[in-house]
Amino acid sequence: MAETKGPSRKAQKLSTLSLFQQPIHPGSAISAMNFSVAAVRQILLAADALEREDPLRRAKRLAKRRVALLFYEASTRTRTSFELAAKALGADTTLVSSLSSSIEKGETLKDTGITLKALGAECIILRSPYSGAPYLLAQTTGLPVLNAGDGMAEHPSQALLDLRTILQRLKIRASAVNEKCLRGITLTICGDVLHSRVARSNALLLPRLGARIIFCGPEELLPESATAMGPGVSIERDFDTALRQSQVAMVLRIQAERLAGLKIDLDEYRRRYQANTERIAACAPKTPILHPGPIIRGMEITDEVADGPQSAIAAQVANGVPVRMALVARALKGGRR
Amino acid sequence: MKPLLIRGGRVVDPASGQDAMRDVLLRDGKVAAIENPGRIHAADAEVFDAKGLVVAPGLVDIHVHLREPGQSYKETIATGTAAAAAGGFTSVCAMPNTIPVNDTPETVRWMQSPERGASARVFPIGAATRGSMGEALTDYAALREAGAVAVTDDGKPILGDAIMLAALRAAAAVELPVIQHAEDTRLTGGCSMNAGALAFRLGLRGMSVEAESSLVERDLDLLRQVRRGHLHVAHLSTSKALNAVRAARRAGLHVTCEVTPHHFALTEESVGLYDTNAKMNPPLRGEADRAAMIEGLLDGTVDAIATDHAPHAAHEKQQEFERAPNGITGLETALGLAISILHIRHRMPLAGVLALLTSRPAQAVGLKGGSLSAGSPGDVAVFDPAARWVFRAAESRSKSKNTPFDGWEMQGRVRLTVSQGRIVFRS
Repeated sequence: MAETKGPSRKAQKLSTLSLFQQPIHPGSAISAMNFSVAAVRQILLAADALEREDPLRRAKRLAKRRVALLFYEASTRTRTSFELAAKALGADTTLVSSLSSSIEKGETLKDTGITLKALGAECIILRSPYSGAPYLLAQTTGLPVLNAGDGMAEHPSQALLDLRTILQRLKIRASAVNEKCLRGITLTICGDVLHSRVARSNALLLPRLGARIIFCGPEELLPESATAMGPGVSIERDFDTALRQSQVAMVLRIQAERLAGLKIDLDEYRRRYQANTERIAACAPKTPILHPGPIIRGMEITDEVADGPQSAIAAQVANGVPVRMALVARALKGGRR
Repeated sequence: MKPLLIRGGRVVDPASGQDAMRDVLLRDGKVAAIENPGRIHAADAEVFDAKGLVVAPGLVDIHVHLREPGQSYKETIATGTAAAAAGGFTSVCAMPNTIPVNDTPETVRWMQSPERGASARVFPIGAATRGSMGEALTDYAALREAGAVAVTDDGKPILGDAIMLAALRAAAAVELPVIQHAEDTRLTGGCSMNAGALAFRLGLRGMSVEAESSLVERDLDLLRQVRRGHLHVAHLSTSKALNAVRAARRAGLHVTCEVTPHHFALTEESVGLYDTNAKMNPPLRGEADRAAMIEGLLDGTVDAIATDHAPHAAHEKQQEFERAPNGITGLETALGLAISILHIRHRMPLAGVLALLTSRPAQAVGLKGGSLSAGSPGDVAVFDPAARWVFRAAESRSKSKNTPFDGWEMQGRVRLTVSQGRIVFRS
């Protein structure tokens, strides 16, 4: 559209929608792409520092600042760790969930956001079943928005805590994070990639640090178009083959609530894609096994693997709090770098 | 009403093949005379100086949503046709997905009543089935008698083979086209954009090309079984479906089709970060499909440019992408986009572009109009084919401002629109 004679949008944009829209606050974390490599390093360094800090001093950092958690979908890990993170920094938090609020009466995301802002919220942590919802909330409130998972699209704080877990296992310090720090590292993400916002955020983050991502899963849960996530992302349908090339593995739950009529042969799925003792012993005997949760024991992962020595699942959860402390602190400082 | 003399313009009338400097006199709502410059003397007439301008038949849009009755907060027949007039359109065909659905002669007449305050001629399209529920046919003879020019369940495509076949037969009997929004909705549940890499990246469910092409192919199979049946495919968006139409036409079937300006101007990239003004159905497609739409327009496979003007209130579009309604406004940008892209960029002759906006759509649904000769309706669009201008949604005559073309610079600007001899727009 840049030719001189055709129609073009070079003319100044003065949209009517834009009259109601505000720029996205730089402290927002909506996509893994919001973080430059330098910003990733700084967030992880901040997570380290905040984790080590004396809890009483730490609680003065955001004393009495107001953080709202707006959750339109169920959550255990993400909600609790964001809440603990904000509270650890001294902020007041309030939880609004779809089942106990005016959302039930049909209030829109925009109006709910405006209401929270009027109540003094300086930052909103949003989980939504709709992809892209955090952009709308950020544009209509002007507040920093932290994406706690939007539909099938992204879960950037999860990608950061997964990265922290991987770095710990590989004994790489946060200060060493750069474009090459994960060179030679391959992460296989196996399972329901189609519906996974965790898979997408990891695929947008880790290759920028030098890692390779292999997506693994059946065609119904992993379309060929998934490789378009970006460079460094490929598909391998055979889990054993993928595991043999990987230094880190992540398994995903089949998201029954998003299958939308899709029928999966679960017995066949277990046979081909389950992380079980035999497969792990044969193909990935030392590989850390991650899972963003919730796990469905006996489906994508067995008890032995989930509770075994290679499991990094509890470490992932534990890393949620320091990473989210860093994100909340960044949001309320206006995202200064 | 005072007669109107449009003087000194270049008359381009695709229906008659005329392309020459002519003066045009409108009197009593009709074209009274078209003569060589200076030959018409009408002392009582108001004179419009059309020097440097093109004088064309009023444009014909066979696919608009005027939202009345039932959703006048989005648009009314008055505001929608005011937008039409601003875009040079003097005839619009109104889709039946109103509330209630336009499935009776009473609603057809209500929409055409002078009380609606229309600035353009409104030709209702009746629902093909009662309530557009896809179960029982409406009374096509009665709808036609009341003024309907076609039948469709636009937006709720007719999926059942038997009912679609019955619709084609019943419509053929009263010489109406059946318009189909070609989407196999069994394949598109929860989908909000084109299927493919971009949809995957954005975490949105995608509508496949096959969801469109398979229904077009099914409809063409049914059309083969109907004597004198006429199928019109609404807003084609994929190369595959277009090829099916092309082949069927070659095989002698009476099938016509339309393409929207947005499907030849934009691709799915316009969705950007969940811009709801790039959400419509059929969705914006990839570059190969966009290029195929251009090719179909240039080679004559496509009969009409139709806007699928679909106004929605700001609060409706300002929602999560998957929740926002489908559609964009289009009446005021169609001519500028068609001239800029088809005429300027792809060198399509102006008469060819205008044919897609006048005579050919009129023919597709059997309208009188879309032509400019003595005795034809006094519907005229006068535009400056060289004027470059910037479209501002805020200045739109439509009640709604949901357009992805806000701030776009385009070429070809309407200067005067006349409906039945009356000036309805002037800039």
